[in-house]
Amino acid sequence: MIKLKDNQKILLEFNLAGSAFDLAGEASSKIKRVLQQIGVATEVIRRIAISSYEAEMNVIIHACCGVMRAEIYPNRTEIQVEDQGPGIADIALAMQEGFSTAPDFVREMGFGAGMGLPNMVRCSDQFDIQSQIGKGTTVLMVINH
Amino acid sequence: MRIEELLKQLPVTVAGDYFDPAVTVAGGYVSDLLSHVMGQAKAGNVWVTMQGHQNIAAVASLVGIAVIIIAGGIQPDTETLQKADQERIVILTTKLTAYEVVGRLYQLGIC
Ligand SMILES: Nc1ncnc2c1ncn2[C@@H]1O[C@H](COP(=O)(O)OP(=O)(O)O)[C@@H](O)[C@H]1O
Ligand SMILES: [Mg+2]
Repeated sequence: MIKLKDNQKILLEFNLAGSAFDLAGEASSKIKRVLQQIGVATEVIRRIAISSYEAEMNVIIHACCGVMRAEIYPNRTEIQVEDQGPGIADIALAMQEGFSTAPDFVREMGFGAGMGLPNMVRCSDQFDIQSQIGKGTTVLMVINH
Repeated sequence: MRIEELLKQLPVTVAGDYFDPAVTVAGGYVSDLLSHVMGQAKAGNVWVTMQGHQNIAAVASLVGIAVIIIAGGIQPDTETLQKADQERIVILTTKLTAYEVVGRLYQLGIC
């Protein structure tokens, strides 16, 4: 096990491609592995894994491309996901449990339950979403260790 | 319950290469909706689903699920088995419906 010093951080960065369902979850899995290596509590890792996976999936499902950045500090993990996608017209509506615009073929795979954003909110200690129609969406989440 | 015990009690087949008889399951979860599995399944659960595509391996790994039962005679994709292998997740298949599998698991005390 590696131990992070007080002023140390680990930065992980991943490019995400829309519709790349074959690679879905790889970025989140890598983040999870690093968190395990530095000995973060299992229940905390679980919350980070859910938050990052849902954000990763939203780029793959709803956008064309994006970047996911994880900054791991001794006391917290910050996850920022920025995409070049269609943006979200009504964020309050998108945040509602069960709301989804995912296409049918995506739903058949079991995605598109409209629980992604609610899961992110529930699992993170800080959650922020910014979106501009035609430009893209940025999600920032902080999970305390 | 140890998974080798589960294999004796249920008509399930080990679908992939990875298998460890000592893996244990405690409690279970059934759904084909991945975000519900992410949000509600617990680490150590057995997961019953009718999805056979590779994303189930990623979801199980992130949630900490070590055993997936694919019900209804659905066969997992080759990529699913490869991913599950890498992530050390046991994939079982069965002709039983999801309803029957869950009922049987309950009877075995996996609640
Ligand atoms: N990165 C994104 N880009 C564009 N739209 C998004 C993005 N993330 C979420 N949305 C919109 O918000 C809705 C709800 O998102 P979410 O709760 O994750 O559910 P789901 O992904 O299952 O549809 C999506 O269906 C989509 O309309
Ligand atoms: Mg989503």
